[in-house]
Amino acid sequence: MNSQTVGKPVDILLVEDNPGDVRLTQEALKDAKMLNELHVVEDGEETLAFLRQEGKYADAPRPDIILLDLNLPRKDGREVLAELKKDEDLKSIPVVILTTSKAEEDILKTYDLHANCYITKPVDMEQFIKIVKSIKDFWLTIVKLPPKRR
Amino acid sequence: MDIERSGKPINILLVEDSPGDVRLLQEAFKESRIHNNLHVVENGVEALLFLRREGKYTNAPHPDIILLDLNLPKKAGHEVLSEIKEDPNLRRIPVVILTVSKNEDDIIKSYNLRANCYVTKPTELDDFIQVVRTIEEFWLNTVKLPKE
Repeated sequence: MNSQTVGKPVDILLVEDNPGDVRLTQEALKDAKMLNELHVVEDGEETLAFLRQEGKYADAPRPDIILLDLNLPRKDGREVLAELKKDEDLKSIPVVILTTSKAEEDILKTYDLHANCYITKPVDMEQFIKIVKSIKDFWLTIVKLPPKRR
Repeated sequence: MDIERSGKPINILLVEDSPGDVRLLQEAFKESRIHNNLHVVENGVEALLFLRREGKYTNAPHPDIILLDLNLPKKAGHEVLSEIKEDPNLRRIPVVILTVSKNEDDIIKSYNLRANCYVTKPTELDDFIQVVRTIEEFWLNTVKLPKE
């Protein structure tokens, strides 16, 4: 169960333009059992540059998991999701949608685009921390993430 | 977070040929805070019949989530996964792979075939119960499932 505790840290890419949510996510992940490194980008264009190691992201690690907001500046989260799930190199990386949207249409559409799961952000801060902990307890504890090779 | 409690039960399809594992999962889901129905089929062929409502499954519900073992009689789990994720009527149903295999090829193949996540079954009973509770807590309480 804990084979991932030893070895390299899990690289998490958080795509989020709200600094408050970034901060809360950082706090909630701090006491994770699994060693992890949180990388933050603020819009859709930056996300794809990070994933494709372009420009200032030439040395960026390949994330083990992505937490993706839907409403993002420059390139929308839905577009980012569609592009990366179509990319043979990137499609195996699990994408957790983390958004304020509760719209049925967004839920169905993102699952159709092969999001790995869809989570709505609660407005209440304590509930939000609880949600991030639940992501941590599931994805960073019992799930086997895809091994780091292409 | 709690809207599902008041609505219709969540239908879970468990594809598992080990009676011991089925029993354990049944007990874990029975204790869930979320109202759910666990449907069990024992092999890959039955899984697809259930999902397509064929044969004796004409009245089967559309599952909200699938728990899929990889080593199955008749049709392997990877094949079942691939058929589900290629079918426009089924592909959005989240599939949780639940298997004893820790093989890296199985893991990467499953993600490439669009498994929603990959979980290994621990051999220790207590650890297994913990894993099932975590799946239940995450997928039934935290995640928004695609409701048809």
